[in-house]
Amino acid sequence: MGGRVGLKGTDGAQIKEKAIRLGATKRSPPRAVEALREIALMKDDIDLVTYPHEMGENEAIECGFSPRVIGSVESGSTTAEDTKRAAREMADLEVDMILFAGGDGTARDICEAIDQELPVLGIPTGVKIHSSVFAVNPRKAGRLAVDYLRGEASLKTAEVMDIDEEAFRENRLSAELHGYLKIPFEKRLVQPTKSASSPGIDEESNKEAIAEYVVAEMDDSIFLLGPGTTVKAVADRLGTEKTLLGVDVVNQDEILARDVNEDEILELVKGKDVKIVVSPIGGQGFIFGRGNQQISPEVIKQVGRDNIIVIATKSKLSSRKPGEPLYVDTGDKDVDEMLSGYMRVITGYQEEAVVKVSR
Amino acid sequence: MKKCEDTGYQAVRWNEPLIFELGKKGRRGFDVPRSSEELKESVGDIKSDIPESIRRKDPPGLPELTEPEVLRHFIRLSQQTYGTDSGINAGVGTCTMKYNPKINEKLARAAKLAHLHPDQEEETVQGILEIMYRLKQWLCVISGLDEFSLQPRGGAHAVFANATIMKAYLQARGELEQRNEIITTVLSHPCNASSPGVAGMKILSLYPDEETGIPSVEALKEAVSDKTVGMMITDPYDTGVFDDNITEYIDIVHDAGGLVAIDQANANCILGKLRIGDTGADLCHFNLHKSFSTPHGSCGPGSAPIGAREELAEFLPTPLVEFDGERYYLERDRPKSIGQIGSYYGVVPNAIRAYTWIMTTGAEGMEEVSEIAVLNSNYLARKLIKIKGIDLPWFDSHPLRMQEGRFTVEKMKEDTGIGIADVNRRIVDFGIQRCFTSHEPWIVPEPFTPEPTESVSKEDLDRFAEIFQRVSDEAYNNPEIVKDAPHCCSISKVDLGPATDSEKWATTWRAYIKKRERD
Repeated sequence: MGGRVGLKGTDGAQIKEKAIRLGATKRSPPRAVEALREIALMKDDIDLVTYPHEMGENEAIECGFSPRVIGSVESGSTTAEDTKRAAREMADLEVDMILFAGGDGTARDICEAIDQELPVLGIPTGVKIHSSVFAVNPRKAGRLAVDYLRGEASLKTAEVMDIDEEAFRENRLSAELHGYLKIPFEKRLVQPTKSASSPGIDEESNKEAIAEYVVAEMDDSIFLLGPGTTVKAVADRLGTEKTLLGVDVVNQDEILARDVNEDEILELVKGKDVKIVVSPIGGQGFIFGRGNQQISPEVIKQVGRDNIIVIATKSKLSSRKPGEPLYVDTGDKDVDEMLSGYMRVITGYQEEAVVKVSR
Repeated sequence: MKKCEDTGYQAVRWNEPLIFELGKKGRRGFDVPRSSEELKESVGDIKSDIPESIRRKDPPGLPELTEPEVLRHFIRLSQQTYGTDSGINAGVGTCTMKYNPKINEKLARAAKLAHLHPDQEEETVQGILEIMYRLKQWLCVISGLDEFSLQPRGGAHAVFANATIMKAYLQARGELEQRNEIITTVLSHPCNASSPGVAGMKILSLYPDEETGIPSVEALKEAVSDKTVGMMITDPYDTGVFDDNITEYIDIVHDAGGLVAIDQANANCILGKLRIGDTGADLCHFNLHKSFSTPHGSCGPGSAPIGAREELAEFLPTPLVEFDGERYYLERDRPKSIGQIGSYYGVVPNAIRAYTWIMTTGAEGMEEVSEIAVLNSNYLARKLIKIKGIDLPWFDSHPLRMQEGRFTVEKMKEDTGIGIADVNRRIVDFGIQRCFTSHEPWIVPEPFTPEPTESVSKEDLDRFAEIFQRVSDEAYNNPEIVKDAPHCCSISKVDLGPATDSEKWATTWRAYIKKRERD
């Protein structure tokens, strides 16, 4: 709710109070209503479960639903704990999907409460939207929910990311990967209805093909495996357990270290042949500087541009605006400069794309 | 606006059962008369030659029908199809669905041709060999390349052959060990990536730049190396943008020791305007079933001759049609050739159709074909981009396009929820063909790719645009009618679920029965 008064997000009660003092109005309710209106088309066919008052009840009633209200909150001062409890209780009721309004903070709360137990979709109402679990706008969120409930959408895993707000208010952007949620997505090519309960088949087999190729080309260097599901497929192919959100270090199929920080990486790479395997994270297409800050400018400098292996599924590359480049934002101008220009991105078995990388 | 409604279009709708569900036991088309005893005696037991292992135990499970029932069934099916001969077909870009003049067909179906046998002695088939030889000569003139093989049966087959030629050339130079990478552009026809991929090569795809809509020369410089086999791209792209970096690309790839093949499958804007051989390219292919006005034949029989410059001609697939000054013959003795890649001569009826089209159109006529195809495409584009919810990506850098253009209804989808799949299902209600969307991957979201060709009239282009205007109005004001479309066609909105569920779909009646019995 802080966006219009320029607070860069409202995590934490203190900031929220400050926002209200500065005259912030909540933009969640009208946007949630906008999404719910799309779903109201099928209100006779679904049971809507909601938390009380401003946590959905008001909006549901405004859209003509007769919702089943669960839980209890203190209206006017709801907290992150309320969000988590709501998500947990809804999951226990085995609802088909959870629709939430908010930003990255809310997505994190829900991820913490239910992880990938059931499908979730975000109505973007927050200021910070770095996570890929949100529809582009509220109306699209509503439509996508309808498509999913009608069995016309598939599911995929999407990143929950958040920036360190303290750092952001000091004009440093430091986004971290916090986890994954299962979200519906529009099937452009219709996939077998039977697989609607599993992530898109094409996306998964694309990841496997990439992984197979990366592994086939692996030499005896030390490999830093970055975060995310695409890189995880490489570890799966190697038969090793990967930290989904962290950076792991492997040599051939042997794990040398898990979830390492910058210092540990620097210690490990000293005087060795090292390669980095990374994938652009989230919808914005950052190769470095979002969710993988452990691979610091210092590490990148030591490893060298030629030893960076970027991997991405074809749908990830083509989901961007036509011709839009990938980005780097390591925090070090020289390193960003070095990484800019054209880079090869592995997109399949023996398949690469040559893509522009910008600072 | 009103015009669309005034057409009163309503497709025939028969709800015709499958032919396997028709008929009654004992019905026959006609009775074959019994052979006379005399004949039986002189022929002997013809069945005894058939080995036991391949003899049917039971008669085939065919439906039993009278002749009128069979005829009626197929007439009804034909009534429920739609194509260039029945209405406006301006939307199927990349395919060049032009009107195919009936004189081509008349000659291709001539009795003389039907009675030819591909195993006949060359002396007895001089006429058809002459036509094929002259077609080859024309294609050399049109492309600016030195030699042509009529062997490939389609575009992807031709690209595969060209990739194989590149490998053979490198092998002859002793560089095949070192080189294994083909460079293409992501907006090229996808077979430019997949065909060399099948031939075992690694594929590098260049992506278009945000501002220009074409890859930059720098991207290619990043991609070439001493591993480069060559570059295989389509130009112009299906976005209707001609990649004018092409001569620079060719120089860069040649400098790196690689070859360049340009996919000219759809050459309907450059016939008589640009000869790809003059750009310095080494190889190309044309799809006769596009620019040269032969039918597509639904996945065959197509025909996609490949051309090569002199240095590469010896690698072309055999046989080549040659002339020694007196007689025409099939040249098979070419030791460096990649070999025969299909049976017999190639697709002879399409060679005749294309030859007929070239001879009836003429050199000036072919230039005019390109001009009118481009003019039609831009006339239509001007109308389409004025319609709410429709945009043409890279408009600022390429306001004019070649013979086609890739548009997007992303804005319409954002605003109304109506995407290209819905639009395509609705426009057919007005008696026009649906639009081709885009090859994968969809770089342009919610895409459609109209290509009116030279054979759609101005009135039909106006009407085509009016129909899009109408559907846009509906999307913004009455989206349900678009969502539920089509309303006036032979079939209504199809549930695609079963068609993609391997438990449900069946491509033959027998498979259908098996799957149903299993349930």
